[in-house]
Amino acid sequence: MPTTTGTKPPSTLGQKSFQWLDDRFHIKALVDYMSDKSVPRHGRSIWYYFGGISLFLFIVQVVTGILLLMYYRPGADSAYESVRFIVSEVSFGWLIRALHSWSANLMIFAVFIHMFSVYFEYSYRKPRELTWVSGIVLFGLALTFGFSGYLLPWNELAFFATRVGTGMAGAVPVIGENLLVIMRGGEEVTGATIGRFFGLHVAILPAIFTVVLTAHLVFIQRQGMSEPIDWTDKPESEKKYIKFFPNFLLRDLLVWLIVLNILAVLAVFLPDGIGLIHWPLGTKADPFAPPPPVIRPEWYFMFAFQALKFLPAHLFGLEGELVGIGAFTLGGLIWALAPFLNTKAHRGKPSTPFTLFGILVLLFMIGMTIAGYILE
Amino acid sequence: MAEQKSRRDFLNLLLGGGTLATLGAILYPTIKYITPPASGEANVTQLKLAFKRSDIEADPKKAKTFKFGRDLGIILITDTGELRALAARCTHLDCTVQNRPDLGILWCACHNGRYDYSGRNISGPPPRPLEQFAVNVVGEDIFVSREKA
Repeated sequence: MPTTTGTKPPSTLGQKSFQWLDDRFHIKALVDYMSDKSVPRHGRSIWYYFGGISLFLFIVQVVTGILLLMYYRPGADSAYESVRFIVSEVSFGWLIRALHSWSANLMIFAVFIHMFSVYFEYSYRKPRELTWVSGIVLFGLALTFGFSGYLLPWNELAFFATRVGTGMAGAVPVIGENLLVIMRGGEEVTGATIGRFFGLHVAILPAIFTVVLTAHLVFIQRQGMSEPIDWTDKPESEKKYIKFFPNFLLRDLLVWLIVLNILAVLAVFLPDGIGLIHWPLGTKADPFAPPPPVIRPEWYFMFAFQALKFLPAHLFGLEGELVGIGAFTLGGLIWALAPFLNTKAHRGKPSTPFTLFGILVLLFMIGMTIAGYILE
Repeated sequence: MAEQKSRRDFLNLLLGGGTLATLGAILYPTIKYITPPASGEANVTQLKLAFKRSDIEADPKKAKTFKFGRDLGIILITDTGELRALAARCTHLDCTVQNRPDLGILWCACHNGRYDYSGRNISGPPPRPLEQFAVNVVGEDIFVSREKA
């Protein structure tokens, strides 16, 4: 592995190629910039990995998604049959579908960890406000990916979950009814809904996601890794760093490899998922059949689903669901605008109210999720 | 120093081997996956046609094409009133051949290839004859079958 560059005339093929490119694109400046990058080293460095894990799982989604596209045929008469064909006839089709499903769930999970760790570390404080906001947008897109992808196999489970999920949009004031018709592509969940969700899932969302993700990553490259808030008044001599290139990058890759192996083991041994994270193909959706006894959203929607169920029919003289949606909107806004509201963090000081709000949100989510599964 | 170098070599070998094995484990299922499974209709040896002799006679070219498993066939009535069934894909570049009752041959319009009613390639670019199928008529029904199953 030759690593020398510089004064000697280029000898190996690698050096020659580098020279060729450098003459044209001035890569040397880029390499110098990269070699200056470093990552703060402290007791909570582990949280730096979860953004990268989310990114890796997204890449897995893109690759396995493209492979599924080769056989998947949207439509009420063909969607279920084509997925059944993939898992039963195509070589390793079961594996590709299992990887796509597992990776989707693990990605949402990694994104949750990533988001909460950034929140509790106040990493969103100046100058990283827009990195946080773009992250929130990516989070919303990831959830939409999950919701739209769930319907595509057109099985019983997906059909009823989508009917309930889109039905909630009907509770939105003023535009609810129109929103519902737009989402479903009609009054009911039909083949037209598959068409919409398919277009969203394989074209619209990937395009938007790629643009926002690029921005998110460019911001991170420009600003480097966030230092812990308690380093604000630390003398430089006491701050420890690890070089990004190659040290941290190699650790990142090692983590990716470990995640890939976890993914492979899960997909091979539990291709249909397990317990509450479960996606058996089951029977084909029949709009006229009675719904199965248990209609459940995916685990990451469970907290919202359950919270709306807890609300009484009327609250403060308004419809209960309306109050719920209003409260969620308000909470989401505070969450998304935390970098602009938390002025104390900008001055390099931890802010107890914001930490408490974060803990409250986390406990609410976990509590409602558990309640949702217990009270079925 | 020599010992250290060999240790480094050994680690590189391990790393390189592991990388190759990982790539192989990813690429093998992927390539197998994008290779479509053989369709169930690959081994059709006999077929009952969906039309009758009168339908072929009604055709201006005295011929009709039909799907025969993964292949395409053509069935025609010769001027002596005999039914003949042959593969319909030209052996030159896979165009579909048509009957020319005026010339008493099967003709490929793409490059002027010609076959006789036994499937022999008699002029033009086709390199090989067309496969001939056996025809059996039972009452109104026409059965076409591969001679060498």
